[in-house]
Amino acid sequence: MASTTVSKVGAMLTLPGDAVRQILWRFSDRFDLQMLVQSARAVARGPVARMVAAGERNTHEWTPAKAEMMETFDRAGITAAFMEPEEGGFISGPKNLALALAAFELAWVDGGAATASLAGFLALAPIHERGTAEQSAHYMALAAPPREGEERKTMRGAFALTEPIPYVGVDTGMLSGRVRVAEWKDGEEPMLQVEKRGRFITNIACANFATAAVDSGDARIKGSCVIILEETDEGTFDRGTPTKKLVHQLSSTGDPIFSLKVPANRIVGGYVVKDGVIVPNYTHSEVIEAVFRRTRVTVGVMTSAKLLSAVEPVIRYQRGRFRGAESIKEGSLRYDQGIQQREDALQRLVDVWASGEASASLGFAAARLFDELDPLERLKAALMVERGVSGSRAEMKALKESETKALELLNGNLTEERRAELEADTLVQFVLKDAAANVLCPATKLWNTGEGTRQMREAVSLMGGYGITEDCPGYLANKWMDAQLEATYEGPEAVQRRQLTITMTSELFLAQFRGWIKEMRGIASERPGTGACTLATAMTMWLWTLNYTQKGKDADGNKLYHGQRQGVTFALADALCWLLAVRCQILDVQELEARGGDDAVVSEGLAETLQFFSDLCHTQSARASGEVSRICAELVYGYNRHPAWDAEGHKACFLSEELDEYEGFIPGILSVATDVVSEGMHPVKAGPCAGCAGSADFLRLQNKLATCLTGSRLAKDRAAETVLKVMIPEALDYPA
Amino acid sequence: MANGFQIVVCASIVPDPLQTLEPAAGANGPGLKNEMMLPAVLDPWAAAGLYEAANLAAKQAGSKVYLVSLGPKAKLQQVMMTVAQKVPFELVAVDGPLGGFTDAQATAAALAEAIAAIPGLERERMLLFGGWESASRGAGVTMQVVGERLGVTDQFQGVDQITVDADGSFEVLERVEGGKHQVSVCAGAPAVLGWATGSLPEPRNNPQVGMANMRGVMPALQKAKSVKLDANGLSYVSVSLPKQQRETRLVKDMPEDEIAREIVAWIEE
Ligand SMILES: Cc1cc2nc3c(=O)[nH]c(=O)nc-3n(C[C@H](O)[C@H](O)[C@H](O)COP(=O)(O)OP(=O)(O)OC[C@H]3O[C@@H](n4cnc5c(N)ncnc54)[C@H](O)[C@@H]3O)c2cc1C
Repeated sequence: MASTTVSKVGAMLTLPGDAVRQILWRFSDRFDLQMLVQSARAVARGPVARMVAAGERNTHEWTPAKAEMMETFDRAGITAAFMEPEEGGFISGPKNLALALAAFELAWVDGGAATASLAGFLALAPIHERGTAEQSAHYMALAAPPREGEERKTMRGAFALTEPIPYVGVDTGMLSGRVRVAEWKDGEEPMLQVEKRGRFITNIACANFATAAVDSGDARIKGSCVIILEETDEGTFDRGTPTKKLVHQLSSTGDPIFSLKVPANRIVGGYVVKDGVIVPNYTHSEVIEAVFRRTRVTVGVMTSAKLLSAVEPVIRYQRGRFRGAESIKEGSLRYDQGIQQREDALQRLVDVWASGEASASLGFAAARLFDELDPLERLKAALMVERGVSGSRAEMKALKESETKALELLNGNLTEERRAELEADTLVQFVLKDAAANVLCPATKLWNTGEGTRQMREAVSLMGGYGITEDCPGYLANKWMDAQLEATYEGPEAVQRRQLTITMTSELFLAQFRGWIKEMRGIASERPGTGACTLATAMTMWLWTLNYTQKGKDADGNKLYHGQRQGVTFALADALCWLLAVRCQILDVQELEARGGDDAVVSEGLAETLQFFSDLCHTQSARASGEVSRICAELVYGYNRHPAWDAEGHKACFLSEELDEYEGFIPGILSVATDVVSEGMHPVKAGPCAGCAGSADFLRLQNKLATCLTGSRLAKDRAAETVLKVMIPEALDYPA
Repeated sequence: MANGFQIVVCASIVPDPLQTLEPAAGANGPGLKNEMMLPAVLDPWAAAGLYEAANLAAKQAGSKVYLVSLGPKAKLQQVMMTVAQKVPFELVAVDGPLGGFTDAQATAAALAEAIAAIPGLERERMLLFGGWESASRGAGVTMQVVGERLGVTDQFQGVDQITVDADGSFEVLERVEGGKHQVSVCAGAPAVLGWATGSLPEPRNNPQVGMANMRGVMPALQKAKSVKLDANGLSYVSVSLPKQQRETRLVKDMPEDEIAREIVAWIEE
């Protein structure tokens, strides 16, 4: 039977260690990943931190130390984390969670280091996701670090999509890069001339190859493609000038110029010749869609690492702030607690911490989802080939039936048999996970980086002036600025919001979302105190508002939910992300509760750890609900014209003479009627109070949401108690 | 050396040195506050022994390294995620209590028993490595007792170097006072070597090595025997951390010689 009493347990004893994280992020049975984490951590807190401390970020140039960092990644197994064992790697199967964990560890210290390692994967990703078997085998093997006794250097790559203004940026369709036929001898591989200029291309200083997006400039080539360029190809492989970026300086960025002659078999995914025309198997859009889908999650996780990495330095700084002063005696409250004596300092750090947890939970959940999706996607592709379905449109059509079945699975009252049958259906599983991944990926990229940057600013604030100096332990100022790049590259926020505008309205996603509301209510009844109930109400409000805007019109009769109306769609996308993040956070805490007791390390102080993590969920859930309530209220009311003190508006008002008359048979009406016009004079405000269609439902929800916040500040107070009391190490484990 | 050595390294785990270490009284005597929850590392002196063992094994064909570790197995497992990436070894895990407050005699008995039970271990090829002391408590006797219990009486402590000859005899450098080493020659295995720091750097993590080790590490942890360590009448009157001393003075433009002189004078005080 559920209990509603919140037990009185004390503050969490120590900062959460690896064993706790492994359960929360579900890799306690993955030793390959645990080793990767330790390995990446040793690199981050060792050589990378020393580089940052030595001022290596203070130059835009590619230095020997930065080049050496890449080799360190190779030696530590970070580069090989992207490869299959037969290609020189050590992790079998999907690697989304692996790469997310490695990036998390590197970004804990420096975002640029993480980017430098990820950019290599980004360059390979087009080949990995869409390349032919030969392309994949060739480049993956060369990009794997040399094995013992092998005499070669690791081949490094750059991904070149963005072009100088006015071309490719957010709009990836505006390609100016061109590919033309240079020579085409009968029966031989055509030779192509590629002209491409890049802007802000990561890793360009050390790249031996680039995967470049280009469009056809020749009637003998159809459409766009991604093509592989090597530094030794005939022509110009000019790395250009380094970008004078203020962030991520341990990675190289530049504006390269390529003018190269390459064989047509460098087209990623290959091509066919139809009527004398080279037709690439994949357009550049198809390739980058497959690539970004995965890599964007990793970027989101980088910002989470920054927030969580800020906790320890802030606590240490604030706690010890007054120690050493003559007047502050050892053992006094001021000596022991320093700035932490002040409630605001504690509570703001709770917000930073809660945001970090929520975003990490969201990011790692997305990464795991892609790990589940990858093999399904491969099975789907094989099934499509088997059924003779080719092209994305034909595929969409072919999957319609599976979508219907998936909806049946989600909505229907099914017999056990039917349920089992649908659950075992590969394509049903694929469309379900695909619909969820299409939302979780942009949500992670958008929310983790956007809200993460805002929260990094809070963390910097908590360190006072020190926060914005190079000496700040944990490099918090760097991380604040770096987070802004994470919000920008691989598709800025607008791109993610645009994608969500479409994917979050898919019936398959919404059906799952409805299920998640029920799931949160279930958790709330079993285990109150995580804010799951509040969240469920906020999710209901979001769904209500989405529905309202999809059907409703503004004061001028224009549709509210419309691709061009970003004021509505983008706002709803933002609101959704808050909800998804807390949901994942709550699910992670559930997991910790279920499995923590079995682990001898985690079970020490488990009650306290669980209480703290639940309190963070509750705090974050209240913050998310506030955001959602504000956004939804603006959308529901904001597009109605406010009544004015004109004849039309007056219709909604009481006249004072009328009221006097009503008071006789409705006693008390005088005290509740607000908009009273007396002798032509109206109250001092914009106009009579506004109402709108459906507002009663919305107000009921909003009312409910407000009362659902009950207890959330108590949770925050309790979490603050942990921030005050939790034991931290004597010193940070990387230099400042 | 015909078949190479069988090098058995005894290494415990200790709290990460950056952690706040606060003595606290527990049900079974003193311990460290929240010790189970603090991140742990392989005891640095014993770790030096492990790296030296791997280095020696790589040079002596046919050699093999065993790592024998006594500690709570859940914590051993966490530490293995790093240690297993460093060098190849076979783990022999003994599930027992953490800490620097256990009786060295009881610990040594449990280790000796675990070593004696290693299948295929040949005494004539065995080198017993460990730390000459430990970061959690410098009892400085554990390895001696392990050796005695296994009947290995050629023992060296504070070892910084071993050089093996073709006939299997070896020269050992042991630390003695005044920054000097004592040079001994031992006719051959078996012997006990309690390592000081050795001269090898900590090997880099290599997940490939880790994955290879893991095949044996996980089963070893699963079948780790549980041991209780008797106090043997040992009790602690009090425990405390050494007090940190801070005497800061700001000086500008002081010549190096003068700084050095001052430091020497301060040490001699
Ligand atoms: C350090 C760094 C490294 C990078 N690495 C790489 C790399 O390796 N490879 C690569 O190809 N690219 C790389 N990029 C490029 C990066 O991906 C682009 O900067 C990014 O996609 C945005 O393009 P843009 O700068 O041209 O912005 P613009 O397209 O000019 O957009 C600017 C802003 O306008 C608004 N906006 C634009 N379009 C819309 C819209 N449709 N709806 C609403 N708002 C809109 C948004 O607020 C947007 O942020 C890198 C960039 C940097 C800074």
